[in-house]
Amino acid sequence: MTVELGHFAIILAFVMAIGMAVIGLFGRMRLFAGTVRTLPFLVAGQFVLTALAFAMLMLAFAEDDFSVLYVSQHSNSLLPFAYKLSAVWGGHEGSFLLWVLIMAVWMLAVTLRSRHLPPLFRQHVIGVMALMNTGFLAFLIFTSNPFTRAVPFVPSEGVDLNPLLQDFGLIVHPPMLYVGYVGFSVAFSFAIAALLSGRLDAAWARWSRPWTNVAWAFLTVGIALGSWWAYYELGWGGWWFWDPVENASFMPWIVGTALIHSLAATEKRGIFKSWTLLLAIAAFSLSLLGAFIVRSGVLTSVHAFAVDPERGTFILIFLVLVVGGSLTLYGIRAWQLGSRSAFSVLSRDAFILGNNILLVVSLAVVLLGTLAPLGYEAVTGDKLSVGKPYFNLFFVPLMLLLSLLLVFAPLVNWKRTDTSRIIQGLRWPFLLGGIVGLSMVFTFFDTLSWSRVAAWFAVIIAVLVTTGHVMDLVRRVKGGHTPSLAYAGMFIAHLGFAMSMVGVALTEELSSEKDLAMRPGDTVERSGRQIRFVSIEDVKGPNYTARAGHFVVTEDGREYVLWPEKRQYVSGGNLMTEAAIEWGFLRDLYISLGEPLGEPAGSEGWAVRVHIKPFVRWIWFGSIFMGLGGGLAVLDRRYRRVRERESRELLAGSMPAS
Amino acid sequence: MKRLRFFLPLLIFLTILVLGYKGIGLEDRSVLPSPLVGKPFPEFSAPRLDDPALAVDRSALLGRPLLVSVWATWCPTCKAEHEFLEVLKAREGLEIVGIVYKDDPALAMQWLARFGDPYSFNLQDRDGRIGVELGVYGAPESFLLDAQGNIVYKRVGEVNQRIWRDELEPRLRQMGAGGS
Repeated sequence: MTVELGHFAIILAFVMAIGMAVIGLFGRMRLFAGTVRTLPFLVAGQFVLTALAFAMLMLAFAEDDFSVLYVSQHSNSLLPFAYKLSAVWGGHEGSFLLWVLIMAVWMLAVTLRSRHLPPLFRQHVIGVMALMNTGFLAFLIFTSNPFTRAVPFVPSEGVDLNPLLQDFGLIVHPPMLYVGYVGFSVAFSFAIAALLSGRLDAAWARWSRPWTNVAWAFLTVGIALGSWWAYYELGWGGWWFWDPVENASFMPWIVGTALIHSLAATEKRGIFKSWTLLLAIAAFSLSLLGAFIVRSGVLTSVHAFAVDPERGTFILIFLVLVVGGSLTLYGIRAWQLGSRSAFSVLSRDAFILGNNILLVVSLAVVLLGTLAPLGYEAVTGDKLSVGKPYFNLFFVPLMLLLSLLLVFAPLVNWKRTDTSRIIQGLRWPFLLGGIVGLSMVFTFFDTLSWSRVAAWFAVIIAVLVTTGHVMDLVRRVKGGHTPSLAYAGMFIAHLGFAMSMVGVALTEELSSEKDLAMRPGDTVERSGRQIRFVSIEDVKGPNYTARAGHFVVTEDGREYVLWPEKRQYVSGGNLMTEAAIEWGFLRDLYISLGEPLGEPAGSEGWAVRVHIKPFVRWIWFGSIFMGLGGGLAVLDRRYRRVRERESRELLAGSMPAS
Repeated sequence: MKRLRFFLPLLIFLTILVLGYKGIGLEDRSVLPSPLVGKPFPEFSAPRLDDPALAVDRSALLGRPLLVSVWATWCPTCKAEHEFLEVLKAREGLEIVGIVYKDDPALAMQWLARFGDPYSFNLQDRDGRIGVELGVYGAPESFLLDAQGNIVYKRVGEVNQRIWRDELEPRLRQMGAGGS
């Protein structure tokens, strides 16, 4: 009965979403007089029902109820309990239920924290979000229902969760990503509400900023988790593959990054208004596009889409309606917003403009690189991969330029900045950057290539960014200012960006990997480390058996043991490579166990792959700092104070300026 | 008409959409009737995957109904289909012959070692010549052959439970073989 209860709950939630969309958007009409008051209750009801549905599906997994088709396809009685629960979002239907749950949580959060907003604006925001959720719920109920029973033939055992997904990284990765994707619907709804009213001012930007930041922070961490997971779980030692699934999450991130910066300019200076709205629409549209690309099957093959077109067509139509509709509204209304303001080249305004231009060009590069192969395949039927060379060609210079702008971030003021201040501020960073750059010249250029030069610049620019930011902080503290949390957030996020950049540059340039054939007892030397292959052992896990290599590494007089595994999962017979990684702040040593060689297997040893990856952790640490920074800025007192003041004004009968 | 420039984003979006639509063309290509259906499977000669010295020709496909499946390791849909082919082989006892289409034989061997081998044997079609004869759009594609080597049914895209139930099994039953 439990899944039927969940099924019923989700249908009720769908009905409520329709109601909220109608009331939110048309609540002013006499027909709906008095209904507006019910909105918060409907939002709460929708949340409770969706959470109930989610809990019911989780219960079905916990109880190994294989009569539920989705459970039987993604679980197995041998699966460890934690993975049974996380298997709820291990497949298409369940992960979309999670998506809908997260949407309900966002709607609840917005409703609870928006009492200070003008009532009509608030209604519109909730209405637009409810409209989106109506689409999501319809998709879930009509094309991707996780509650379907497998009757009359109930399997006695489940197929098991894909072993790749039986991992901590993939338990937390999708929820983080979804919180980000779905979170952009708030900025989107705020933008649509602004277009509906035809008014947009500093207050609007101030309301939007925290929501956008939180969504962006989750997306940042979500993407980093995905990259980390690919690194240790896929066994290739790669951390980013420019694969369409990754690009699908990266595109909203790029636009989101542009958006949080242009929102700052809109709030502080009242500029870029229509541009900011466009970015808000784009960020959410790209989130939907990401969902379409990943969910429709066009990725595996354009043919797969044509073969089972139900889901893909649904999302495509939804995408066209949402994007087409909001861009039409934008075309009709955006000109009214007007934002005229003068600023000089040496101003924060101009640098944010530069940041936005570079990010939008980057987006175009990724979008083209992602969609072009799909289009090509559709027309010619051949597979075409643009891959890494294409992306690197454009991305490396774009990111170097972007980071170069970042050097100026703490130095430039709004509107205009004295040249002397900038020169003075750049003195120390350039001195330090120069020293680091020069001292690297002799050791770093053992091979000369464009990528080496680019990596060298990346390190120098990272030093410039770090020094510049730290000196600015020192100056502020000395001047008696306590830095605000918003400033701290920016500081941490910018340094995080520099850190990630160093990680990317050095990992890409200095990594070494070697495929070896080793027998137990062999020792090899890799860059001053002795790696001894001691033995092969049999290991038994809860739902797999494995052959594990026992490796002892001696490095700088220190000894440690690594156990890379080759797992065979009992239920599906899937073979998995489980790499063993010696974690290091400055480098990772990464060993993965390949196939046994020779006939009979293992008689000629084992294929062993040894990677040395310098600074690879910096990529993810930096991303976590970026996410933290984005989150920290939200806690700034300014937002709380403003809200309190505005509520007081509201109570006093005077509407806040909006 | 400064106002009109705010319609520019919509215009760009619509352009992408129209290009995409014309390109992908939502018509379902998998139901296009193949001119080959009802005709004999074309003559060919190709090396076996596991032993390139061994050439196979059309006669190897005669004598019993079977499914010829065109696949490749670069084709993720083939991975999904592969699992179902294993089921077909084990559950229905359907004989399946593979054509490794435009792919590296070494990769294909690895694939079979890793994911299992539901095929009676596999042919190499490295340059895609058999693919041209068969009018293959891409992988996966499948051809159901009767005992006389005539193509009874052609499928563009994944073979799954639905295709088995609606298309393959009824035809096999007509031929008086297969089905459970």
